[in-house]
Amino acid sequence: MVQLTLPKNSKISQGKTWNRPDREGDWKELKVYRWSPDDDDNPRIDTYFVDQKQCGPMVLDALLKIKNEIDPTLTFRRSCREGICGSCSMNIDGTNTLACLKGMDEVSGAVKIYPLPHMEVIKDLVPDMSNFYAQHRSIEPWLKTDTATPPGEWKQSRDDREKLDGLYECILCACCSASCPSYWWNSDRYLGPAILLQAYRWVIDSRDEATGERLDNLEDPFRLYRCHTIMNCAKACPKGLSPAKAIAELKKLMVERRV
Amino acid sequence: MADATTGRGARRARPLSPHLQIYTPLINMVMSILHRLTGVALYFGTILLVWWLIAAATSPAYFDYVSSWFAPWYGQVVLIGYTWALLHHMMGGLRHFIWDLGYGYDLGTIDLMSWGSGAASLIFTALIWFTVAFARGGA
Repeated sequence: MVQLTLPKNSKISQGKTWNRPDREGDWKELKVYRWSPDDDDNPRIDTYFVDQKQCGPMVLDALLKIKNEIDPTLTFRRSCREGICGSCSMNIDGTNTLACLKGMDEVSGAVKIYPLPHMEVIKDLVPDMSNFYAQHRSIEPWLKTDTATPPGEWKQSRDDREKLDGLYECILCACCSASCPSYWWNSDRYLGPAILLQAYRWVIDSRDEATGERLDNLEDPFRLYRCHTIMNCAKACPKGLSPAKAIAELKKLMVERRV
Repeated sequence: MADATTGRGARRARPLSPHLQIYTPLINMVMSILHRLTGVALYFGTILLVWWLIAAATSPAYFDYVSSWFAPWYGQVVLIGYTWALLHHMMGGLRHFIWDLGYGYDLGTIDLMSWGSGAASLIFTALIWFTVAFARGGA
């Protein structure tokens, strides 16, 4: 349901400032969302300063520097630091992206960092992704076939393989889904842009033989049709993919198979 | 949601991360919200339009009475607002029609169509009401 304001336990208060610029340098201010399950406080915004001359260029570099040198309790997900694992997705400077791909020089003024929007927070910048993963599982993201497995491999023409470009690159970081107001209000029933892009990836795979069944599963007022083409997903994707376009193609297939 | 418990017993309720409060109001999102709002406004505007049409079909006296509600400045504000809501929703409808056909999905085009439909709704509203003002002045 649409709820424009935050619940009482989620209201954000001003936190503490951990350090100040203490020497000449190229200092950047970072304002970071904090919440811990181990005390009874509401979420707060803590402030840190990082000398960019002593730090890598990306927001993730700054977060790691803070964790290593200033505040070891700061909690966030990260792994590959090069935009392929999708772990460090968060809201930076008002839009969702990967901290490892967002340069600090892209942000004017303080870098404001929040967890992915409208998700349950486990701690600090770590949201609970269980629902997102359960939704991914629900579209059965694997090759489904009836014919006997061929010796060797399932063959695909060059043209058919090209249809997967712009889809297979999705790393399931959830930046798009967590940018979508429809998903904010209806994530219990609406699959959201990332999962729908994944669904389309299997629907148009020439090797997959469950196309009809997959479309049946999406023929639902909420699962697919809660997409109102708001387009935040296309703007958010750190891999430059367009979940919006994939969803439009799904909707077209829904119509085409009925006429 | 998973209902894990800690060693200390029942888990604290997790907060909901901020959303509308912190998300940059991208033009595409703003236009989507306005599309919804103008759609709701059209319900009320259309009731007024129907009221006016019924009045026209009822009697000259009743028509004059209804017109007297639309003639003052506040009535004119409502009419201009209704014109804009109608045109904004229509331009938004055309934008969505193009998107539903599967075109206009690259990021530059999304912004162009969002700004463009917003601007077009304002321009057409202005054109209509300049025409009205001109017709009145000329009469």
